[in-house]
Amino acid sequence: MSWYYIEGILIQCGYVLMVVLGLSLLTGFAGLFSFGHAGFMAIGAYMAAIGTAKWGLPFFPALLMGGAAAGVVGAGLGSMTLNLKGDYFCIATLGFGEAVRLILENWEYVGGARGVSGIPWETNLNSVLIACVVGTLALMALIRSRHGRNIIAIREDELAAQMSGINTFRYKMIALIISAVYAGIGGGLLAHYMTYIQPKMFQMVKSTEYTIIVIFGGMGSVTGSIIGTLILTFLPEMLRSLDNWRLVIYGLAVIFIMVIRPRGLMGGMELSDIFRLPARRRAARMAAERIKSMEDAGAGKEAQR
Amino acid sequence: MKSGGKEVLKLEHATKQFGGLTAVDDVTFTIREGEIFGLIGPNGAGKTTIFNLINGVYALSGGKILFDGKTIAEGAAEGRKALQLKPFQIAQMGITRTFQNIRLFKNLSVYDNVLIACHRSANYSLFEPLLRLKGTRFSKQEKALKHKAEDLLDLMGLTFYRDVISVNLPYGLQRKLEIARALALDPKLLLLDEPAAGMNPEETDSLMQMIRSIRDKFDLTVLIIEHHMDLIMGVCDRIHVLNFGKSLAEGTPSQVQSSPAVIEAYLGAQDGCVKEGER
Repeated sequence: MSWYYIEGILIQCGYVLMVVLGLSLLTGFAGLFSFGHAGFMAIGAYMAAIGTAKWGLPFFPALLMGGAAAGVVGAGLGSMTLNLKGDYFCIATLGFGEAVRLILENWEYVGGARGVSGIPWETNLNSVLIACVVGTLALMALIRSRHGRNIIAIREDELAAQMSGINTFRYKMIALIISAVYAGIGGGLLAHYMTYIQPKMFQMVKSTEYTIIVIFGGMGSVTGSIIGTLILTFLPEMLRSLDNWRLVIYGLAVIFIMVIRPRGLMGGMELSDIFRLPARRRAARMAAERIKSMEDAGAGKEAQR
Repeated sequence: MKSGGKEVLKLEHATKQFGGLTAVDDVTFTIREGEIFGLIGPNGAGKTTIFNLINGVYALSGGKILFDGKTIAEGAAEGRKALQLKPFQIAQMGITRTFQNIRLFKNLSVYDNVLIACHRSANYSLFEPLLRLKGTRFSKQEKALKHKAEDLLDLMGLTFYRDVISVNLPYGLQRKLEIARALALDPKLLLLDEPAAGMNPEETDSLMQMIRSIRDKFDLTVLIIEHHMDLIMGVCDRIHVLNFGKSLAEGTPSQVQSSPAVIEAYLGAQDGCVKEGER
């Protein structure tokens, strides 16, 4: 296996990771499932590609423009759909993703079904690495703030969150917009790596793939999303020699992980939590013992009555 | 008991209809500052519906609710549109609550439950957390939030359990945690929905002590729904009795206990009158 080949897979991991990080915020932390992230990715990819290929913009501003466009569309989608509960929001995003693809397929300015070609090859290992490091750090910073905690509260119990004075609509909106921006930047990186894009690159299968990665890695864990991305991007590539069977093995691997670790690989924990795990377990055990002795004492008193 | 304080919460002819059913019918009462006010009534009397009206979970069909002199909900009438603040706005104004069927952030630790609810004590923006340096507004406020959460845990006797996932706590402690979370918003009015449900008499006793002490410590006004007559009669300054959504009586515990209408409607026929807790 040549370095050139591995580098290619790593770059692929990079732009997938950008989308997955965004989706991780929305699904893993805010608890909103989306099957339309390929749509945001498509918007980012087309916007950035048109920016560089047609309007002659430099790569970096075009990339940001792609992210911003996806964010704006995310805000529009959110204002219409975020009042929907649970599964209904999910279905709305599914419809959104397909609608974006069909619009692109029928819009001549962006090349219709042929898509956009002649995009400058700008995405390399360095640019995806920078995007991923900045993206990960920014996401972690957000999550470890009151804003991030408010988003987590929505996932845990939306009514209780409202009663704690959290503007749940606003925070769901924030999560969706940031998530869309990440997906848009991921799409822009994809476009400038492939040097051409077509609407059929952004089918629903892609959206489900990203959701699978988030769940595989563990909901509510950035570390899990990163590990999930690496494993689930490398695995099919490593198995190329098995031809079509590689997708069967991919599926089995996902099922296997979900059976042995139902909450995903990291199960809501971050890397830093792992080091604190023994201390936490000890504290939990001590607390459990005290709770038990309290209950026994309570039961004793009850029996005396 | 403090009395004659200023009005904290006022319901004026509050009415709530669900289709053809009138769950709350023309209820009027006033709660004054520092009071512990009880709301009792048989099952289906509309107690929890009133809580949900005060919180803004349900929109008022008619009448008016005032908090601290400001209208928080008003039913539509001729020439006037309905006014309804959102639940989170009402919580931010200073009304927080606990739930009959405990609603904690189940998969989070005890500490995180309280820390989340402290969020109103900080006001840094969405982008400030990106710069994680000492001395920034973000790190100062974040530190203050953590202190506040720790103090609240301390006060409620939950410090020992701070890293326990909240769903693993025993029932009584979950109730305490819910109260701690409600206090984290620095409320003026605390609504407790059946805080003693599922508690044994000793736990109920200590709950009564706790309600009084947090009332004094936080300058709170408390509104309680409860079925445990021991608790209601022991802790409340005044009680409002509901039956089938209508007001039946209001007064001090002894006044309410001796009201024939209450005895008949709430405790059943007079000769069958057995108070709960006197098993």
